[in-house]
Amino acid sequence: MDTLILGLCYGGIYALIALGYTMVYGIAKMLNFAHGDIIMAGAYAIFVVLSAQGHVILALLAAIVVCTALGLLSERLAYRPLRSASPLAVLITAIGVSYLLQSLAQIFFDSQKRPVTVLPPESVPMFGTTVSVASLWTLALCTVIMVVLTLFIKKTRVGCAMLAVSEDRGAAQLMGINVNFIIALTFAIGSALAAFASLFYLMQTSVVEPTLGAMPGIKAFTAAVIGGIGSIPGAMVGGILLGVIETFSSSSPALSPYTTAIEFGLLIVILLVRPVGLFGKKRREKV
Amino acid sequence: MTVTAEKKKFRLKYYGNYLLLAAVLLLLIVLDVSGVLKRSSALTFTRIGYSIILAVSLNLVVGFLGELSLGHAGFMCVGAYVGCLTSNYLYTVIDSPVIVVLLALAVGGVAAALFGLLIGLPTLRLKGDYLAIVTLAFGEIIRTVCRNQEFLGGAMGLDNPNKYGKELYIIAFLAALVTVAVIQNLMRSKHGRAIQAIRDNEIAARAMGVNVTYYKLVGFVIAAFFAGIAGVIYGQQVSPISSNAFDYNYSIDILVMVVLGGMGNITGSIIAASLLTYIDVTLVSQLSGNAVMYKSLIYALILIFMILWNNAPFMLPARDWVRGKFTDLRRALFRRRAAESEGEPPATAAWDKIPTKIPMDALLSTDIVPERSHGGERKEDENESMGS
Amino acid sequence: MSQWVLETQSLGISFGGLKAVQDVNLQVAPQALYGLIGPNGAGKTTVFNLLTGVYRPTAGRFFLEGEDLTGRSTVEISHRGIARTFQNIRLFSNLSVIDNVLVGMGNSSPCTLAESILRLPRFYTSEKKLRAAARELLDVFGLDEERRTVASNLPYGKQRKLEIARALATGPKLLLLDEPAAGMNPQETAELTETIRFVRDHFHMTILLIEHDMSLVSGLCDELTVLNFGTTLMQGKTAEVLHSPEVIKAYLGD
Repeated sequence: MDTLILGLCYGGIYALIALGYTMVYGIAKMLNFAHGDIIMAGAYAIFVVLSAQGHVILALLAAIVVCTALGLLSERLAYRPLRSASPLAVLITAIGVSYLLQSLAQIFFDSQKRPVTVLPPESVPMFGTTVSVASLWTLALCTVIMVVLTLFIKKTRVGCAMLAVSEDRGAAQLMGINVNFIIALTFAIGSALAAFASLFYLMQTSVVEPTLGAMPGIKAFTAAVIGGIGSIPGAMVGGILLGVIETFSSSSPALSPYTTAIEFGLLIVILLVRPVGLFGKKRREKV
Repeated sequence: MTVTAEKKKFRLKYYGNYLLLAAVLLLLIVLDVSGVLKRSSALTFTRIGYSIILAVSLNLVVGFLGELSLGHAGFMCVGAYVGCLTSNYLYTVIDSPVIVVLLALAVGGVAAALFGLLIGLPTLRLKGDYLAIVTLAFGEIIRTVCRNQEFLGGAMGLDNPNKYGKELYIIAFLAALVTVAVIQNLMRSKHGRAIQAIRDNEIAARAMGVNVTYYKLVGFVIAAFFAGIAGVIYGQQVSPISSNAFDYNYSIDILVMVVLGGMGNITGSIIAASLLTYIDVTLVSQLSGNAVMYKSLIYALILIFMILWNNAPFMLPARDWVRGKFTDLRRALFRRRAAESEGEPPATAAWDKIPTKIPMDALLSTDIVPERSHGGERKEDENESMGS
Repeated sequence: MSQWVLETQSLGISFGGLKAVQDVNLQVAPQALYGLIGPNGAGKTTVFNLLTGVYRPTAGRFFLEGEDLTGRSTVEISHRGIARTFQNIRLFSNLSVIDNVLVGMGNSSPCTLAESILRLPRFYTSEKKLRAAARELLDVFGLDEERRTVASNLPYGKQRKLEIARALATGPKLLLLDEPAAGMNPQETAELTETIRFVRDHFHMTILLIEHDMSLVSGLCDELTVLNFGTTLMQGKTAEVLHSPEVIKAYLGD
């Protein structure tokens, strides 16, 4: 039971990150390799505010501002000029941005691990065991965020425009949708979700370091692929699935050293058996 | 006259890389024999040697095949471990270290190539971003598995009691020469053209009868083989061999070399690999501690800038200006060649400026149709029968 | 052997229940210039994609010189002798003009991977042969002078020509041209008409072409098939088809 709740927490975090990947992939058609490092930046923002005795809410706001700003900045400076370039070029640039953020974090905060306490380690009894307050917050907020995001995309005009751009960028442009704006907005939303993810991630791990974002980033991408890249419910399901698998695997002594290998193995199997993921749509290149 | 000039140019471009590598190797040997070459410099040049191998082989996948592999360090890892196991065993049987290392190279390279085949076979039908992430995943899996095997030394790493002497740089540079030769020869053949055709347009390549899966696999396996070779060389100068060295950041370091040198440009890869490795070594040895982190800053900026430079529209004027200067310089240097190609570049440049829809050169088509259909018919018949 | 170079029998494909193309029956005689016309979205390019194995037909069969090629892969079909050009030019844009053609010719070279890497004698002989053949072919299209130009730097009209040359380099029995005159002005189109007829005569080639430009179709094709909403609207001699009220209606609407 403990493991399951922990798994759901990690799952929620991965789902939030995976949403960022999947939205950017669906709309800008690029794998934003630097997404994980945006989380790292958010974590440092939280670290700074909390070290200055700031409130958690303030820390979260700071993280949102920092993440969104970085997301928009990287989109504007690095990705937008490459809109018509090959996917390979865009991907390499994204790797460059990822590296850049990591090295900047190293330069500003050095590469030491630093402890952060987001919430005091309190637990409440539940389901015949104890559950940490942090986990409860994580689960509750993740659920709320996902519901809000789904409603936003389904019900608002801007959400519709986003769907339109992801279907056919050219046609959307012809219909008077400002594609550049929509793509920038997508980056902003994805990065804001990453800010939440960084807070929840810190609640679980309580440490910041410059490479903090790399692993959850790649794992969340795995989650996005499992769910079907470009699919929002897919990202949620994939994230939760991956989180649960991860915690169960690492809580078993025999499997725990191979946890990463198992997750990546899962990614490979999914890609080979069903490349579009659980919820993905098949796309065909037009001849 | 024109033909011989053409041939000369072709050859210089072709053999230039061999000359470059051979010259450096010769210089090093001379310095070594005369006792000037320090041990630390020899080690640096060994690193430069295998970095060249890594960069040139990754260029085969990224630059020529047009797929991004982020698992190159994983293949290197296989080479390092297998090479080390092989040499540890062989030293108990054979006395000559040269033979031991050569055999280890062969075994390590083949092992890495087998892994390349194993990984490539199912994954190469994936495209672009997916393939990149899968290669990354495989690289990490290889590393994780190595770390958790007792017979590979576990987390402590694999002990390598018989490190090769400082002459390893000779083997590294010879191996680099072989790598360059194989990949250059491959690229300048029908197989290489097929590989580049896949990069440029996979659908058209298929329609032209190019077996896309086969050639992707060929590129991938050859690249893995040489990454394995580089790993063996690495493993002969390091002890213990730790799987941590081969994380995906190392794959990205190799990618930086390829991008800096120019995708699809072998000479560029050689130079960039040498330069970055040298900078890396000096950064680590001379600027201690925190200065090392500037390395990743530099690498990141190189990646972003090089891609923007080559692809972003707003860079176009600057790029044209630099290229123009470069052509001027080349013309000034090689006047004879300039005279020969004088007619050509302005023509293409003029065509370049006009976006689309150029009237089909009226002279050519009307010219051809009546004339050749009478005069050239027999010749073309032969051509056709040869083609089919 | 069949008397037709290409024969299709009720060829069709449906994507998830939607019948994109159905019941296409073509019979293309040797050295014919056969036109496939129809309004936008009628399924013309889909037919080409079926014939080149890009899509697998869900109904019917097709034969090249009597050999059933239904369900074969693109590569196999290319080796059997169907070559094509593309509606939106798909050259190997970073390769030189001659290399583009050499890719098409590669299949006829016996040179193996090992021979190429080790530079064994057969590499040189086969490479020499290929190059000579490629230059001859380029010469026919007036592209030999520019053989070392990178393909993407060629002017538009020459890119179209190079695509045809590249397709011919595979040594096909049937050449499929997908809207060769797209984006050309009347003068260019007139020249293109000459080029296509020349290819037919010179290479004794059988050509199936998709075209919107009626001046090109009427000046060039012997026979036509008109597609509309994925089905055959009419088939026959060019002049008859183009004057049929049904076809005019399909093009202009009611």
